[in-house]
Amino acid sequence: MTLIQERPARPEGGRLVDQFEYGLDAPICLTWELTYACNLACVHCLSSSGRRDPDELSTEECKALIDEFERMQVFYVNIGGGEPTVRPDFWELLDYAVEHHVGVKFSTNGFRITPERAARLAATDYVDVQVSLDGATADVNDPIRGAGTYDAALRAMANLQAAGMKDFKLSVVCTRHNIGQLDEFKAIADRYGAQLRLTRLRPSGRGADVWDELHPLPEQQRELYDWLVANGDQVLTGDSFFHLSAYGEALPGLNLCGAGRVVCLVDPVGDVYACPFAIHDRFKAGNVRDGSGFRGVWQEAPLFQELRSPQTGGACTQCSAFDACRGGCMAAKFFTGLPLDGPDPECVKGNAATALAGARTVPGTSQDHSHKGPVRNQPVPLTLMPTRTKPASACDESPLAPSPGWTT
Amino acid sequence: MTTTGTTARLLDLGEAWTLSGSVELRPEPFGALAYDFHTRRLSFLKSRRLVDVVRALGSRDDVAGALDDCGVAAPERPAYLAALGALADGGLIQRRADHSQEDRTP
Ligand code: SF4
Ligand code: SF4
Repeated sequence: MTLIQERPARPEGGRLVDQFEYGLDAPICLTWELTYACNLACVHCLSSSGRRDPDELSTEECKALIDEFERMQVFYVNIGGGEPTVRPDFWELLDYAVEHHVGVKFSTNGFRITPERAARLAATDYVDVQVSLDGATADVNDPIRGAGTYDAALRAMANLQAAGMKDFKLSVVCTRHNIGQLDEFKAIADRYGAQLRLTRLRPSGRGADVWDELHPLPEQQRELYDWLVANGDQVLTGDSFFHLSAYGEALPGLNLCGAGRVVCLVDPVGDVYACPFAIHDRFKAGNVRDGSGFRGVWQEAPLFQELRSPQTGGACTQCSAFDACRGGCMAAKFFTGLPLDGPDPECVKGNAATALAGARTVPGTSQDHSHKGPVRNQPVPLTLMPTRTKPASACDESPLAPSPGWTT
Repeated sequence: MTTTGTTARLLDLGEAWTLSGSVELRPEPFGALAYDFHTRRLSFLKSRRLVDVVRALGSRDDVAGALDDCGVAAPERPAYLAALGALADGGLIQRRADHSQEDRTP
């Protein structure tokens, strides 16, 4: 990506998507990973979570950040991790956010959603819960997320339903093994009064290690697209699949990469990244502990200024589907070593095939919090071999940003 | 997420309306975001003037007064009444029985 010297001026009126390309005064979709600590070790974890970072924001720092979200009118945050409920002050921070008019949707593997907790969550409109499940059956889910995780997720949903919580989310990362289960996922969501949310597997964090074996095959992408077109109004996707819009009819949603424009991530130590799927030094804009706080990073970071311009060059701008597809996901391109202004690795027109087959440098991660030893419930992959126990070789380093290397 | 724009409903010029108690507006360069904390729905107001009109609703006797306040001339009114109708359908603004400013504590 080249640094734009002179940014074009924001147009007056017109489509929202064109407005969003120029960024907003505050994010719409802010993800806050509260901790890298996790009781599980999912093979595809986007944030390479496992162990707590000793430099995590303190309770007081978290509260100050919530105050700032309130001042900036960040209406709600998506809290993730790691497993956020592992943080001892999680429930205290949840209450604090609600008191300060910051809604919270938090993602959980469900292990800690007891009937008592479920009742507490159901008591306020300000809190929404998203339970992760990556297979509609235990034999598909557990090899990815770990032994017993299927049962734990269903137990959590049963507890939420019994507590009267409505429209909580059942969140599924679409893989090669579960594309055939979309109707079953929908049936599970319906059974618990939940809303189905489907998202894209991106080669981020540990996901990079398993992406080649797990990402949907081309014919499955078509199957997914057709399913989304048929069921679009009943499922949420977080605008994950706009690269599939190149098949024809645009999918509902904004259809643009929101990274640094309307989307960002605050990680457990306060680092601000352009997107939750772009945890890499290349996309780090600053830290909330810096002088001007989160507002300063969001509004002034040079990286974000750079991202807030429409794409004008690159191969995709010549493509007939560019208006719908926009070249796909920046993070997916980056972590597969493809040029950021070229096609998405899962380009439905097959335009990334040559580049993927050719010589490319995969940047690797710039941080890793994976458990060093075995974990209770550790996934026993049938065919997948996560490589995160091995150190990266020097050639895995990004040409764009120095990588501090892995900790193992 | 919804955008305002198409609706079957036009707001009546003589009625009194106000922003719903559970809704907050956040100004943005293109207009504003409106978020309803009850329904957790986000909507987009695509013009600054519409934002001004919505804010004015609560302190004017009727819709016509709010439009006057913001200098919305006759030819533009149908578009504004349609946009307000969409906001009303989405529950973002609500009817006021009387003509006084409503208590907006959520
Ligand atoms: S980098 Fe990918 S996941 Fe992140 S906002 Fe852009 S398209 Fe979405
Ligand atoms: S070439 Fe680019 S714009 Fe065209 S379909 Fe592929 S990724 Fe999308």
